[in-house]
Amino acid sequence: MTALAQARPAGPARSGGLRRRLLRATPYLLLLPGLLWLLVFFVWPSIQMFLVSVSAGSLEDGFRLTFTTKSYATALSRFPHQFGNSLLYSGLATVATFLIGFPVAYTVAFRGGRYKNLLLFLVIAPFFTSFLIRTISWKVLLGDEGPLLAFLKHVLHILPEGFSILGTPVAVVAGITYNFLPFMILPLYVALEKIDPRLIEAAKDLYASHWEAFRRVTFPLALPGVFAGSLLTFIPAMGDYVNATLLGTPQTQMIGNVIQNRFLITNDYPVAAALSFILMAGIFIAVSVYARVLGTEDLTG
Amino acid sequence: MTAIAATTARPAGAPIARRLTRLLERFALPVFTTLAVSYLLIPIAIMLVFSFNEPAGKYNFIWNQPSTYGWLHPLQWPGLPDAIGTTLVVAAASTLVATTLGTLMALSLTRYRFRGRGVLNGLIFLPMATPEIVMGASLLTLFVSSALPPLAGVVPQGIFFPLGLPTILIAHIMFNISYVVVTVKARVAGFDRHLEEAAQDLGANEWATFWRVTFPLIFPGILAAGLLAFSLSIDDFVITSFVSGTTNTFPIWTWSIIKNALPVQINVVGSIVFLSAVGFVVVSTFLQRRGR
Repeated sequence: MTALAQARPAGPARSGGLRRRLLRATPYLLLLPGLLWLLVFFVWPSIQMFLVSVSAGSLEDGFRLTFTTKSYATALSRFPHQFGNSLLYSGLATVATFLIGFPVAYTVAFRGGRYKNLLLFLVIAPFFTSFLIRTISWKVLLGDEGPLLAFLKHVLHILPEGFSILGTPVAVVAGITYNFLPFMILPLYVALEKIDPRLIEAAKDLYASHWEAFRRVTFPLALPGVFAGSLLTFIPAMGDYVNATLLGTPQTQMIGNVIQNRFLITNDYPVAAALSFILMAGIFIAVSVYARVLGTEDLTG
Repeated sequence: MTAIAATTARPAGAPIARRLTRLLERFALPVFTTLAVSYLLIPIAIMLVFSFNEPAGKYNFIWNQPSTYGWLHPLQWPGLPDAIGTTLVVAAASTLVATTLGTLMALSLTRYRFRGRGVLNGLIFLPMATPEIVMGASLLTLFVSSALPPLAGVVPQGIFFPLGLPTILIAHIMFNISYVVVTVKARVAGFDRHLEEAAQDLGANEWATFWRVTFPLIFPGILAAGLLAFSLSIDDFVITSFVSGTTNTFPIWTWSIIKNALPVQINVVGSIVFLSAVGFVVVSTFLQRRGR
Protein backbone atom coordinates (compact mmCIF):
# COMPACT_ATOMS: atom_id res chain seq x y z
CA MET A 1 0.00 0.00 0.00
CA THR A 2 2.92 2.37 0.63
CA ALA A 3 4.02 1.85 -2.92
CA LEU A 4 0.56 2.79 -4.09
CA ALA A 5 0.41 5.85 -1.93
CA GLN A 6 3.73 7.04 -3.32
CA ALA A 7 2.81 6.32 -6.89
CA ARG A 8 -0.39 8.30 -6.77
CA PRO A 9 -0.10 12.02 -7.25
CA ALA A 10 -0.92 14.04 -4.16
CA GLY A 11 -4.38 15.33 -4.91
CA PRO A 12 -5.95 18.23 -3.14
CA ALA A 13 -7.54 16.04 -0.50
CA ARG A 14 -4.32 14.32 0.46
CA SER A 15 -2.06 17.28 0.84
CA GLY A 16 -2.08 17.11 4.66
CA GLY A 17 1.23 16.13 6.21
CA LEU A 18 -0.62 14.37 9.00
CA ARG A 19 -2.27 12.03 6.58
CA ARG A 20 0.99 11.18 4.92
CA ARG A 21 2.64 10.61 8.26
CA LEU A 22 -0.26 8.35 9.24
CA LEU A 23 0.17 6.37 6.04
CA ARG A 24 3.85 5.97 6.71
CA ALA A 25 3.10 4.77 10.23
CA THR A 26 0.44 2.29 9.06
CA PRO A 27 2.63 -0.83 9.14
CA TYR A 28 3.69 -0.06 12.69
CA LEU A 29 0.17 0.86 13.83
CA LEU A 30 -1.16 -2.42 12.47
CA LEU A 31 1.54 -4.35 14.28
CA LEU A 32 1.37 -2.51 17.57
CA PRO A 33 -1.50 -4.23 19.44
CA GLY A 34 -0.47 -7.78 18.62
CA LEU A 35 3.19 -7.03 19.14
CA LEU A 36 2.47 -5.49 22.55
CA TRP A 37 0.48 -8.56 23.52
CA LEU A 38 3.35 -10.88 22.59
CA LEU A 39 5.91 -8.67 24.32
CA VAL A 40 3.92 -8.37 27.54
CA PHE A 41 2.61 -11.94 27.71
CA PHE A 42 5.33 -13.94 26.01
CA VAL A 43 8.63 -12.09 26.26
CA TRP A 44 8.15 -10.50 29.65
CA PRO A 45 7.04 -13.76 31.32
CA SER A 46 10.13 -15.48 29.94
CA ILE A 47 12.35 -12.77 31.40
CA GLN A 48 10.44 -12.91 34.66
CA MET A 49 10.86 -16.67 34.82
CA PHE A 50 14.58 -16.33 34.19
CA LEU A 51 14.84 -13.79 37.02
CA VAL A 52 12.97 -16.13 39.37
CA SER A 53 15.23 -19.03 38.38
CA VAL A 54 18.24 -17.07 39.63
CA SER A 55 16.48 -15.73 42.72
CA ALA A 56 16.39 -16.98 46.27
CA GLY A 57 13.32 -17.05 48.45
CA SER A 58 9.88 -18.53 48.30
CA LEU A 59 6.34 -17.71 47.34
CA GLU A 60 5.53 -16.62 50.89
CA ASP A 61 8.43 -14.21 51.46
CA GLY A 62 8.85 -13.03 47.89
CA PHE A 63 11.87 -13.58 45.68
CA ARG A 64 15.20 -11.78 46.09
CA LEU A 65 17.26 -11.48 42.96
CA THR A 66 20.62 -12.89 44.02
CA PHE A 67 21.86 -14.34 40.71
CA THR A 68 22.41 -17.64 42.42
CA THR A 69 22.77 -20.76 40.31
CA LYS A 70 21.64 -22.97 43.16
CA SER A 71 18.29 -23.74 41.51
CA TYR A 72 20.02 -24.91 38.35
CA ALA A 73 22.34 -27.14 40.35
CA THR A 74 19.36 -28.63 42.21
CA ALA A 75 17.39 -29.07 39.01
CA LEU A 76 20.22 -30.85 37.23
CA SER A 77 21.30 -33.05 40.11
CA ARG A 78 17.92 -34.15 41.42
CA PHE A 79 16.00 -35.07 38.27
CA PRO A 80 18.36 -36.84 35.85
CA HIS A 81 15.94 -39.77 35.72
CA GLN A 82 13.02 -37.62 34.56
CA PHE A 83 15.18 -35.74 32.04
CA GLY A 84 16.32 -39.11 30.74
CA ASN A 85 12.76 -40.35 30.46
CA SER A 86 11.72 -37.22 28.56
CA LEU A 87 14.54 -37.53 26.06
CA LEU A 88 14.07 -41.28 25.63
CA TYR A 89 10.27 -41.29 25.30
CA SER A 90 10.15 -38.22 23.06
CA GLY A 91 12.94 -39.58 20.89
CA LEU A 92 11.31 -43.00 20.57
CA ALA A 93 7.91 -41.43 19.89
CA THR A 94 9.40 -39.17 17.21
CA VAL A 95 11.02 -42.17 15.48
CA ALA A 96 7.77 -44.13 15.78
CA THR A 97 5.66 -41.29 14.34
CA PHE A 98 8.12 -41.07 11.46
CA LEU A 99 8.03 -44.80 10.76
CA ILE A 100 4.24 -44.83 10.85
CA GLY A 101 3.75 -41.40 9.31
CA PHE A 102 6.03 -41.61 6.28
CA PRO A 103 4.31 -44.51 4.50
CA VAL A 104 0.95 -42.91 5.25
CA ALA A 105 1.99 -39.50 3.92
CA TYR A 106 3.57 -41.19 0.89
CA THR A 107 0.43 -43.17 0.15
CA VAL A 108 -1.84 -40.14 0.54
CA ALA A 109 0.41 -37.94 -1.60
CA PHE A 110 1.14 -40.37 -4.46
CA ARG A 111 -1.61 -43.00 -4.28
CA GLY A 112 -4.42 -41.02 -2.68
CA GLY A 113 -6.32 -40.47 -5.91
CA ARG A 114 -9.85 -39.42 -5.21
CA TYR A 115 -9.57 -40.51 -1.58
CA LYS A 116 -6.87 -37.94 -0.90
CA ASN A 117 -9.10 -35.41 0.84
CA LEU A 118 -10.96 -38.06 2.78
CA LEU A 119 -7.69 -39.56 4.00
CA LEU A 120 -6.36 -36.15 5.04
CA PHE A 121 -9.61 -35.51 6.85
CA LEU A 122 -9.27 -38.81 8.73
CA VAL A 123 -5.70 -37.95 9.65
CA ILE A 124 -6.75 -34.69 11.27
CA ALA A 125 -9.98 -36.10 12.74
CA PRO A 126 -8.32 -36.67 16.13
CA PHE A 127 -7.94 -32.89 16.42
CA PHE A 128 -11.71 -32.65 16.57
CA THR A 129 -11.71 -34.26 19.98
CA SER A 130 -10.02 -33.06 23.07
CA PHE A 131 -6.43 -34.13 23.64
CA LEU A 132 -7.34 -35.20 27.19
CA ILE A 133 -10.29 -37.32 26.11
CA ARG A 134 -8.20 -39.08 23.47
CA THR A 135 -5.59 -39.91 26.07
CA ILE A 136 -8.29 -41.12 28.47
CA SER A 137 -9.56 -43.32 25.62
CA TRP A 138 -6.13 -44.90 25.44
CA LYS A 139 -6.37 -45.59 29.15
CA VAL A 140 -9.68 -47.34 28.48
CA LEU A 141 -8.31 -49.22 25.49
CA LEU A 142 -5.10 -50.38 27.16
CA GLY A 143 -6.62 -51.08 30.59
CA ASP A 144 -5.96 -54.46 32.18
CA GLU A 145 -9.57 -55.46 31.51
CA GLY A 146 -10.03 -53.05 28.59
CA PRO A 147 -11.18 -54.07 25.11
CA LEU A 148 -7.70 -54.98 23.84
CA LEU A 149 -6.22 -56.92 26.74
CA ALA A 150 -9.49 -58.58 27.77
CA PHE A 151 -9.77 -59.94 24.24
CA LEU A 152 -6.19 -61.18 24.16
CA LYS A 153 -6.43 -62.68 27.65
CA HIS A 154 -9.88 -64.23 27.81
CA VAL A 155 -10.76 -64.93 24.20
CA LEU A 156 -7.48 -65.76 22.54
CA HIS A 157 -5.68 -66.79 25.74
CA ILE A 158 -2.37 -65.63 24.35
CA LEU A 159 -1.55 -63.38 27.27
CA PRO A 160 -1.23 -64.32 30.94
CA GLU A 161 -3.84 -62.99 33.38
CA GLY A 162 -1.50 -60.56 35.09
CA PHE A 163 -0.24 -58.94 31.90
CA SER A 164 -0.63 -55.17 31.68
CA ILE A 165 0.49 -52.39 29.40
CA LEU A 166 -0.77 -49.43 31.39
CA GLY A 167 1.88 -48.10 33.69
CA THR A 168 4.74 -49.21 31.47
CA PRO A 169 6.95 -46.98 29.32
CA VAL A 170 5.39 -48.71 26.31
CA ALA A 171 2.00 -47.20 27.13
CA VAL A 172 3.51 -43.72 27.56
CA VAL A 173 5.42 -43.90 24.28
CA ALA A 174 2.35 -45.28 22.49
CA GLY A 175 0.23 -42.44 23.86
CA ILE A 176 2.73 -39.77 22.81
CA THR A 177 3.14 -41.39 19.40
CA TYR A 178 -0.60 -41.40 18.95
CA ASN A 179 -1.12 -37.83 20.10
CA PHE A 180 1.51 -36.34 17.80
CA LEU A 181 1.21 -38.59 14.75
CA PRO A 182 -0.89 -36.10 12.73
CA PHE A 183 1.78 -33.44 13.36
CA MET A 184 4.26 -35.75 11.62
CA ILE A 185 2.00 -36.85 8.77
CA LEU A 186 0.87 -33.38 7.68
CA PRO A 187 4.29 -31.76 7.05
CA LEU A 188 5.50 -34.98 5.38
CA TYR A 189 2.46 -34.93 3.15
CA VAL A 190 2.99 -31.27 2.25
CA ALA A 191 6.64 -31.94 1.35
CA LEU A 192 5.87 -35.09 -0.68
CA GLU A 193 2.93 -33.51 -2.44
CA LYS A 194 5.15 -30.69 -3.70
CA ILE A 195 7.58 -33.05 -5.43
CA ASP A 196 7.42 -32.80 -9.19
CA PRO A 197 6.67 -36.33 -10.44
CA ARG A 198 8.78 -35.60 -13.52
CA LEU A 199 11.88 -35.64 -11.30
CA ILE A 200 11.13 -39.20 -10.29
CA GLU A 201 10.43 -40.15 -13.89
CA ALA A 202 13.72 -38.57 -14.92
CA ALA A 203 15.54 -40.66 -12.33
CA LYS A 204 13.96 -43.80 -13.73
CA ASP A 205 14.79 -42.77 -17.26
CA LEU A 206 18.36 -42.59 -16.06
CA TYR A 207 18.11 -46.24 -15.01
CA ALA A 208 17.45 -45.72 -11.34
CA SER A 209 15.47 -48.59 -9.87
CA HIS A 210 12.27 -47.85 -8.05
CA TRP A 211 14.04 -48.02 -4.74
CA GLU A 212 16.99 -45.94 -5.91
CA ALA A 213 14.70 -43.25 -7.25
CA PHE A 214 13.02 -43.15 -3.87
CA ARG A 215 16.27 -43.07 -1.94
CA ARG A 216 18.10 -40.52 -4.11
CA VAL A 217 15.24 -38.30 -5.30
CA THR A 218 11.98 -38.61 -3.38
CA PHE A 219 13.36 -38.92 0.12
CA PRO A 220 15.91 -36.08 -0.09
CA LEU A 221 13.19 -33.81 -1.45
CA ALA A 222 10.95 -34.76 1.47
CA LEU A 223 13.60 -33.88 4.05
CA PRO A 224 12.11 -30.46 4.91
CA GLY A 225 8.92 -32.30 5.83
CA VAL A 226 10.86 -34.82 7.90
CA PHE A 227 12.54 -31.95 9.71
CA ALA A 228 9.33 -30.00 10.35
CA GLY A 229 7.41 -33.11 11.38
CA SER A 230 10.11 -34.21 13.80
CA LEU A 231 10.19 -30.80 15.46
CA LEU A 232 6.41 -30.61 15.70
CA THR A 233 6.47 -34.00 17.43
CA PHE A 234 9.62 -33.81 19.49
CA ILE A 235 9.21 -30.34 21.01
CA PRO A 236 5.70 -30.75 22.43
CA ALA A 237 6.51 -34.34 23.46
CA MET A 238 9.47 -33.13 25.52
CA GLY A 239 7.20 -30.91 27.59
CA ASP A 240 4.31 -33.32 27.80
CA TYR A 241 3.14 -34.68 31.12
CA VAL A 242 -0.43 -35.71 30.33
CA ASN A 243 0.51 -39.05 28.73
CA ALA A 244 2.99 -39.86 31.47
CA THR A 245 0.41 -39.07 34.15
CA LEU A 246 -2.53 -40.91 32.65
CA LEU A 247 -0.77 -43.88 31.08
CA GLY A 248 2.29 -44.23 33.28
CA THR A 249 3.39 -44.56 36.87
CA PRO A 250 5.70 -42.44 39.07
CA GLN A 251 8.61 -44.37 37.52
CA THR A 252 7.72 -43.20 34.04
CA GLN A 253 7.46 -39.51 34.98
CA MET A 254 8.86 -37.04 32.53
CA ILE A 255 10.36 -33.65 33.17
CA GLY A 256 6.99 -32.04 32.47
CA ASN A 257 5.56 -33.85 35.48
CA VAL A 258 8.27 -32.38 37.69
CA ILE A 259 7.80 -28.85 36.35
CA GLN A 260 4.04 -29.06 36.75
CA ASN A 261 4.35 -30.50 40.24
CA ARG A 262 6.88 -27.91 41.39
CA PHE A 263 4.87 -24.99 40.06
CA LEU A 264 1.36 -26.03 40.99
CA ILE A 265 1.73 -28.26 44.03
CA THR A 266 4.94 -27.62 45.94
CA ASN A 267 5.23 -23.97 44.84
CA ASP A 268 8.98 -24.32 44.42
CA TYR A 269 9.21 -21.61 41.78
CA PRO A 270 13.00 -21.09 41.45
CA VAL A 271 13.77 -24.76 40.83
CA ALA A 272 10.73 -25.16 38.56
CA ALA A 273 11.78 -22.11 36.54
CA ALA A 274 15.32 -23.48 36.28
CA LEU A 275 13.92 -26.82 35.08
CA SER A 276 11.90 -25.02 32.40
CA PHE A 277 14.99 -23.24 31.12
CA ILE A 278 17.02 -26.43 31.13
CA LEU A 279 14.22 -28.08 29.16
CA MET A 280 14.30 -25.27 26.60
CA ALA A 281 18.10 -25.50 26.39
CA GLY A 282 17.87 -29.28 25.97
CA ILE A 283 15.37 -28.91 23.16
CA PHE A 284 17.49 -26.24 21.51
CA ILE A 285 20.61 -28.43 21.63
CA ALA A 286 18.75 -31.52 20.41
CA VAL A 287 17.22 -29.57 17.52
CA SER A 288 20.57 -28.05 16.50
CA VAL A 289 22.29 -31.43 16.55
CA TYR A 290 19.43 -32.88 14.55
CA ALA A 291 19.60 -30.08 11.98
CA ARG A 292 23.36 -30.64 11.70
CA VAL A 293 22.91 -34.39 11.25
CA LEU A 294 20.23 -33.93 8.64
CA GLY A 295 22.84 -31.83 6.94
CA THR A 296 20.83 -28.94 5.59
CA GLU A 297 20.92 -25.64 7.36
CA ASP A 298 18.39 -24.07 5.03
CA LEU A 299 15.69 -26.64 5.81
CA THR A 300 13.89 -24.21 8.04
CA GLY A 301 13.66 -21.59 5.29
CA MET B 1 10.46 -43.13 -22.47
CA THR B 2 10.02 -45.09 -19.28
CA ALA B 3 8.33 -47.88 -21.18
CA ILE B 4 11.19 -48.15 -23.62
CA ALA B 5 13.75 -48.14 -20.88
CA ALA B 6 11.83 -50.75 -18.99
CA THR B 7 11.49 -53.14 -21.89
CA THR B 8 14.85 -52.83 -23.53
CA ALA B 9 17.62 -51.76 -21.27
CA ARG B 10 16.85 -53.15 -17.82
CA PRO B 11 19.52 -55.48 -16.51
CA ALA B 12 18.44 -59.05 -15.87
CA GLY B 13 17.25 -59.89 -12.36
CA ALA B 14 15.44 -56.62 -12.00
CA PRO B 15 11.97 -58.05 -12.72
CA ILE B 16 11.75 -59.87 -9.39
CA ALA B 17 12.81 -56.79 -7.48
CA ARG B 18 10.44 -54.72 -9.51
CA ARG B 19 7.58 -57.08 -8.94
CA LEU B 20 8.29 -56.96 -5.23
CA THR B 21 8.25 -53.17 -5.18
CA ARG B 22 5.07 -53.15 -7.20
CA LEU B 23 3.51 -55.58 -4.75
CA LEU B 24 4.63 -53.32 -1.93
CA GLU B 25 3.16 -50.26 -3.58
CA ARG B 26 -0.03 -51.91 -4.65
CA PHE B 27 -0.91 -53.77 -1.46
CA ALA B 28 1.40 -53.12 1.47
CA LEU B 29 1.12 -49.33 1.39
CA PRO B 30 -2.69 -49.15 1.30
CA VAL B 31 -2.97 -51.82 3.99
CA PHE B 32 -0.45 -50.04 6.17
CA THR B 33 -2.20 -46.71 5.65
CA THR B 34 -5.54 -48.20 6.57
CA LEU B 35 -4.05 -49.64 9.74
CA ALA B 36 -2.40 -46.34 10.65
CA VAL B 37 -5.58 -44.38 10.06
CA SER B 38 -7.48 -46.89 12.20
CA TYR B 39 -4.90 -46.37 14.92
CA LEU B 40 -5.71 -42.65 14.73
CA LEU B 41 -9.45 -43.29 14.87
CA ILE B 42 -9.63 -46.03 17.54
CA PRO B 43 -9.64 -43.67 20.55
CA ILE B 44 -12.40 -41.64 18.92
CA ALA B 45 -14.42 -44.80 18.40
CA ILE B 46 -13.82 -45.72 22.04
CA MET B 47 -15.02 -42.27 23.11
CA LEU B 48 -18.19 -42.59 21.04
CA VAL B 49 -18.94 -46.16 22.08
CA PHE B 50 -18.28 -45.59 25.77
CA SER B 51 -20.58 -42.57 25.75
CA PHE B 52 -23.36 -45.18 25.58
CA ASN B 53 -22.00 -47.21 28.46
CA GLU B 54 -23.54 -47.50 31.87
CA PRO B 55 -20.44 -47.89 34.00
CA ALA B 56 -20.60 -50.34 36.89
CA GLY B 57 -18.69 -48.06 39.23
CA LYS B 58 -17.53 -44.47 39.19
CA TYR B 59 -15.09 -45.05 36.36
CA ASN B 60 -16.25 -45.45 32.80
CA PHE B 61 -13.28 -47.69 31.97
CA ILE B 62 -14.88 -51.08 31.42
CA TRP B 63 -17.86 -51.88 29.23
CA ASN B 64 -20.84 -52.82 31.36
CA GLN B 65 -24.15 -52.38 29.58
CA PRO B 66 -25.59 -50.06 26.94
CA SER B 67 -27.44 -46.98 28.13
CA THR B 68 -28.44 -43.58 26.82
CA TYR B 69 -28.31 -42.02 30.27
CA GLY B 70 -25.27 -39.89 29.47
CA TRP B 71 -26.81 -38.52 26.30
CA LEU B 72 -30.10 -37.74 28.04
CA HIS B 73 -28.34 -36.01 30.94
CA PRO B 74 -25.22 -34.54 29.34
CA LEU B 75 -24.70 -31.85 31.99
CA GLN B 76 -25.63 -33.93 35.03
CA TRP B 77 -22.48 -33.47 37.05
CA PRO B 78 -21.63 -30.72 39.52
CA GLY B 79 -19.38 -28.09 37.98
CA LEU B 80 -19.73 -29.36 34.42
CA PRO B 81 -22.20 -26.71 33.12
CA ASP B 82 -20.03 -23.90 34.53
CA ALA B 83 -16.90 -25.41 33.03
CA ILE B 84 -18.49 -25.66 29.59
CA GLY B 85 -19.80 -22.10 29.87
CA THR B 86 -16.34 -20.78 30.76
CA THR B 87 -14.75 -22.76 27.92
CA LEU B 88 -17.15 -21.26 25.38
CA VAL B 89 -16.78 -17.70 26.71
CA VAL B 90 -12.98 -17.96 26.71
CA ALA B 91 -12.92 -19.54 23.25
CA ALA B 92 -15.23 -16.91 21.73
CA ALA B 93 -13.51 -13.92 23.33
CA SER B 94 -9.96 -15.11 22.73
CA THR B 95 -10.79 -16.01 19.13
CA LEU B 96 -12.23 -12.57 18.49
CA VAL B 97 -9.30 -10.68 20.00
CA ALA B 98 -6.55 -12.96 18.68
CA THR B 99 -8.02 -13.03 15.18
CA THR B 100 -8.24 -9.23 15.08
CA LEU B 101 -4.73 -8.63 16.42
CA GLY B 102 -3.23 -11.44 14.35
CA THR B 103 -4.90 -10.33 11.11
CA LEU B 104 -3.59 -6.78 11.54
CA MET B 105 -0.10 -8.15 12.12
CA ALA B 106 -0.33 -10.46 9.11
CA LEU B 107 -1.42 -7.55 6.90
CA SER B 108 1.44 -5.43 8.09
CA LEU B 109 4.02 -8.19 7.69
CA THR B 110 3.00 -9.20 4.18
CA ARG B 111 2.33 -5.84 2.61
CA TYR B 112 5.05 -3.59 3.92
CA ARG B 113 8.80 -3.75 3.92
CA PHE B 114 10.31 -2.29 7.04
CA ARG B 115 13.25 -2.87 9.30
CA GLY B 116 12.91 -5.61 11.89
CA ARG B 117 10.56 -7.79 9.89
CA GLY B 118 12.85 -10.78 10.30
CA VAL B 119 13.01 -10.35 14.07
CA LEU B 120 9.25 -9.98 14.19
CA ASN B 121 8.65 -13.14 12.18
CA GLY B 122 10.95 -14.90 14.63
CA LEU B 123 9.04 -13.52 17.60
CA ILE B 124 5.77 -14.72 16.11
CA PHE B 125 7.23 -18.17 15.42
CA LEU B 126 8.62 -18.61 18.94
CA PRO B 127 5.35 -19.25 20.83
CA MET B 128 4.56 -22.06 18.38
CA ALA B 129 7.98 -23.62 18.94
CA THR B 130 7.91 -23.35 22.74
CA PRO B 131 6.52 -26.29 24.69
CA GLU B 132 3.18 -25.36 26.19
CA ILE B 133 4.35 -26.19 29.67
CA VAL B 134 7.09 -23.55 29.45
CA MET B 135 4.65 -20.88 28.26
CA GLY B 136 2.15 -21.76 30.97
CA ALA B 137 4.85 -21.79 33.62
CA SER B 138 6.30 -18.45 32.58
CA LEU B 139 2.87 -16.79 32.49
CA LEU B 140 2.15 -18.16 35.95
CA THR B 141 5.49 -16.79 37.16
CA LEU B 142 4.64 -13.37 35.79
CA PHE B 143 1.14 -13.36 37.24
CA VAL B 144 2.29 -14.48 40.67
CA SER B 145 5.29 -12.15 40.70
CA SER B 146 2.99 -9.23 39.96
CA ALA B 147 1.49 -9.70 43.41
CA LEU B 148 4.89 -9.87 45.14
CA PRO B 149 7.47 -7.16 45.73
CA PRO B 150 9.03 -5.50 43.76
CA LEU B 151 6.23 -5.65 41.18
CA ALA B 152 3.33 -5.49 43.65
CA GLY B 153 1.11 -2.53 42.87
CA VAL B 154 2.46 -1.98 39.35
CA VAL B 155 -0.40 -3.93 37.78
CA PRO B 156 -3.83 -3.25 39.28
CA GLN B 157 -5.27 -6.16 41.25
CA GLY B 158 -7.79 -8.34 39.48
CA ILE B 159 -6.04 -8.48 36.10
CA PHE B 160 -2.96 -10.62 36.75
CA PHE B 161 -3.83 -11.73 40.23
CA PRO B 162 -5.76 -13.57 41.57
CA LEU B 163 -5.73 -16.09 38.72
CA GLY B 164 -9.02 -16.65 36.95
CA LEU B 165 -10.99 -15.78 33.85
CA PRO B 166 -8.85 -12.73 32.89
CA THR B 167 -5.59 -14.66 33.10
CA ILE B 168 -7.03 -17.56 31.09
CA LEU B 169 -8.11 -15.07 28.43
CA ILE B 170 -4.71 -13.40 28.36
CA ALA B 171 -3.01 -16.76 27.87
CA HIS B 172 -5.38 -17.98 25.17
CA ILE B 173 -5.10 -14.77 23.17
CA MET B 174 -1.32 -15.00 23.46
CA PHE B 175 -0.93 -18.54 22.11
CA ASN B 176 -3.58 -17.98 19.44
CA ILE B 177 -2.05 -14.82 17.92
CA SER B 178 0.84 -16.67 16.25
CA TYR B 179 -1.41 -19.27 14.65
CA VAL B 180 -3.68 -16.53 13.30
CA VAL B 181 -0.75 -14.57 11.86
CA VAL B 182 0.64 -17.64 10.09
CA THR B 183 -2.76 -18.67 8.69
CA VAL B 184 -3.78 -15.22 7.46
CA LYS B 185 -0.30 -14.54 6.05
CA ALA B 186 -0.62 -17.61 3.84
CA ARG B 187 -3.81 -16.16 2.39
CA VAL B 188 -2.55 -12.60 1.95
CA ALA B 189 0.61 -13.85 0.27
CA GLY B 190 -1.33 -15.41 -2.59
CA PHE B 191 -3.28 -12.27 -3.23
CA ASP B 192 -3.33 -10.28 -6.47
CA ARG B 193 -2.33 -6.73 -5.63
CA HIS B 194 -3.55 -5.48 -9.02
CA LEU B 195 -7.12 -5.81 -7.76
CA GLU B 196 -6.44 -3.14 -5.17
CA GLU B 197 -4.72 -0.93 -7.70
CA ALA B 198 -7.73 -1.29 -9.96
CA ALA B 199 -10.06 -0.24 -7.15
CA GLN B 200 -7.91 2.80 -6.43
CA ASP B 201 -7.74 3.69 -10.11
CA LEU B 202 -11.51 3.65 -10.07
CA GLY B 203 -11.42 6.27 -7.34
CA ALA B 204 -11.73 4.25 -4.14
CA ASN B 205 -9.72 5.59 -1.22
CA GLU B 206 -7.60 3.30 0.99
CA TRP B 207 -10.42 2.70 3.45
CA ALA B 208 -12.98 1.77 0.79
CA THR B 209 -10.40 -0.34 -1.03
CA PHE B 210 -9.69 -2.28 2.13
CA TRP B 211 -13.29 -3.02 3.04
CA ARG B 212 -14.64 -3.55 -0.47
CA VAL B 213 -11.72 -5.41 -2.06
CA THR B 214 -9.01 -6.56 0.33
CA PHE B 215 -11.15 -7.75 3.21
CA PRO B 216 -13.57 -9.91 1.19
CA LEU B 217 -10.61 -11.52 -0.57
CA ILE B 218 -8.70 -12.41 2.57
CA PHE B 219 -11.83 -13.26 4.56
CA PRO B 220 -11.55 -17.05 4.00
CA GLY B 221 -8.09 -16.88 5.55
CA ILE B 222 -9.41 -14.90 8.51
CA LEU B 223 -12.25 -17.38 8.94
CA ALA B 224 -9.87 -20.33 8.85
CA ALA B 225 -7.64 -18.60 11.40
CA GLY B 226 -10.62 -17.92 13.63
CA LEU B 227 -11.75 -21.55 13.49
CA LEU B 228 -8.24 -22.73 14.28
CA ALA B 229 -8.02 -20.32 17.22
CA PHE B 230 -11.41 -21.43 18.51
CA SER B 231 -10.53 -25.10 18.39
CA LEU B 232 -7.11 -24.53 19.99
CA SER B 233 -8.81 -22.59 22.74
CA ILE B 234 -11.55 -25.06 23.63
CA ASP B 235 -9.02 -27.89 23.73
CA ASP B 236 -6.20 -26.20 25.60
CA PHE B 237 -5.28 -27.96 28.78
CA VAL B 238 -1.61 -27.46 29.60
CA ILE B 239 -1.29 -23.67 29.50
CA THR B 240 -4.72 -23.19 31.04
CA SER B 241 -3.88 -25.50 33.93
CA PHE B 242 -1.12 -23.10 34.96
CA VAL B 243 -3.10 -19.88 34.81
CA SER B 244 -6.66 -20.89 35.70
CA GLY B 245 -6.48 -20.65 39.49
CA THR B 246 -9.79 -22.04 40.74
CA THR B 247 -11.70 -21.35 37.52
CA ASN B 248 -12.58 -24.46 35.53
CA THR B 249 -12.67 -24.89 31.79
CA PHE B 250 -13.89 -28.20 30.39
CA PRO B 251 -10.39 -29.74 30.04
CA ILE B 252 -9.40 -28.52 33.51
CA TRP B 253 -12.61 -29.89 34.97
CA THR B 254 -12.01 -33.24 33.23
CA TRP B 255 -8.50 -33.42 34.63
CA SER B 256 -9.65 -32.70 38.17
CA ILE B 257 -12.57 -35.13 38.06
CA ILE B 258 -10.65 -38.15 36.72
CA LYS B 259 -8.82 -38.46 40.01
CA ASN B 260 -12.09 -39.59 41.62
CA ALA B 261 -14.38 -40.67 38.81
CA LEU B 262 -14.71 -40.89 35.06
CA PRO B 263 -18.29 -39.82 34.37
CA VAL B 264 -19.86 -40.90 31.10
CA GLN B 265 -20.70 -37.21 30.52
CA ILE B 266 -17.06 -36.57 29.58
CA ASN B 267 -17.50 -38.95 26.64
CA VAL B 268 -20.82 -37.37 25.76
CA VAL B 269 -19.47 -33.81 25.71
CA GLY B 270 -16.40 -34.99 23.78
CA SER B 271 -18.64 -36.77 21.28
CA ILE B 272 -20.83 -33.70 20.85
CA VAL B 273 -17.78 -31.53 20.14
CA PHE B 274 -16.41 -34.13 17.73
CA LEU B 275 -19.67 -34.63 15.86
CA SER B 276 -20.32 -30.89 15.54
CA ALA B 277 -16.82 -30.33 14.17
CA VAL B 278 -17.21 -33.15 11.67
CA GLY B 279 -20.67 -31.89 10.73
CA PHE B 280 -19.27 -28.41 10.23
CA VAL B 281 -16.52 -29.69 7.90
CA VAL B 282 -18.93 -31.84 5.92
CA VAL B 283 -21.45 -29.01 5.48
CA SER B 284 -18.81 -26.47 4.50
CA THR B 285 -17.22 -28.87 2.01
CA PHE B 286 -20.63 -29.49 0.51
CA LEU B 287 -21.37 -25.76 0.26
CA GLN B 288 -17.97 -25.14 -1.32
CA ARG B 289 -18.59 -27.83 -3.92
CA ARG B 290 -21.94 -26.35 -4.79
CA GLY B 291 -20.52 -22.84 -4.92
CA ARG B 292 -18.02 -23.85 -7.55
